[in-house]
Amino acid sequence: MKRRLILFIPLIVALVLGIFLWQGLKLDPRELPSALVGKPFPQFTLSTVKDENAAITQDALKGEVSLVNVWATWCVSCRQEHPELVRIAKETGIPIYGLNYKDTRPEAIRWLDEYLDPYRFSLFDADGRVGLDLGVYGAPETYIVDKEGIVRYRFVGVIDRNIWLNELLPEVNKWR
Amino acid sequence: MALIPALRWPQWLLALSLVLSASLAQATIEAMEFRDDGLKERYQKLAFILRCPKCQNQNIIDSDAPIAADLRQQVHRLLHEGYEDNEIIDFMVARYGNFVLYEPPVNPLTYLLWYGPFVLVGIGALVMFLLLRGRKKNTQESETTAMSDADRERLNNLLKDKRN
Repeated sequence: MKRRLILFIPLIVALVLGIFLWQGLKLDPRELPSALVGKPFPQFTLSTVKDENAAITQDALKGEVSLVNVWATWCVSCRQEHPELVRIAKETGIPIYGLNYKDTRPEAIRWLDEYLDPYRFSLFDADGRVGLDLGVYGAPETYIVDKEGIVRYRFVGVIDRNIWLNELLPEVNKWR
Repeated sequence: MALIPALRWPQWLLALSLVLSASLAQATIEAMEFRDDGLKERYQKLAFILRCPKCQNQNIIDSDAPIAADLRQQVHRLLHEGYEDNEIIDFMVARYGNFVLYEPPVNPLTYLLWYGPFVLVGIGALVMFLLLRGRKKNTQESETTAMSDADRERLNNLLKDKRN
């Protein structure tokens, strides 16, 4: 009897392996954990898209739980995401700050005029230095920054209604 | 025979276009100046072990993604500012996580990755050892106990019957 049971071991091993591999299918390998979660937003001094004389630092992000959205006019998915950001800004009042990443000022201004401006301000990061400090590897990316200016969450990709309601909003509420 | 020259011409064209496109591709690689050969060597070594966060199966020297170009620029800048190799690696890890390293560091999270294969080989060896030992025991047992004297007599009788 005992020997018979041993014969089932390969089946069990195969099943366990199968479950793990099945789970693995659902993981997105492009989704990288952010090295910055739990750490303060990187230091910066930047102008904004609409005001080239502004000198805004990381302290401007403190005070409220906010979203920092990395965008660019050359980024096709950002265009897709934009209406949802406009809606979030209008309906929830959660502050959204833009980080205009490796872009030109005239194009960025035209974009905001044309598609509405959901951002309190958009930092102008032409050479992508702040993006690099943030660990940005592809726009759009969205960070949740808490009252103390600590990065709490990172989302890479297009925010749609579903992602906002089920993934990001609960996370924002957690830190409010 | 007539076919061969007809084939040869396009092949020759193909080869030429390949050569041309190769030189074009090379033209897009950015020119980098190094203060000395030591820095250049270290740059090449670092760009080889750092992984491109966007195109995950390429290192930053291989990849032509914009982000890889940025990282190459950073490595170049940091080298010329006098940073050590490990400081530059830490700089990248602080921003992009351990993911940027092709060789993951040994820590409790990666023990399974680093030592798992050895454990599996060990388990395999143990199973093999036990199986072989079991088989040896079985064969020894069968040699010594399988046939009693009565059985042997019966077998001999059967064989005799058959011969007759």
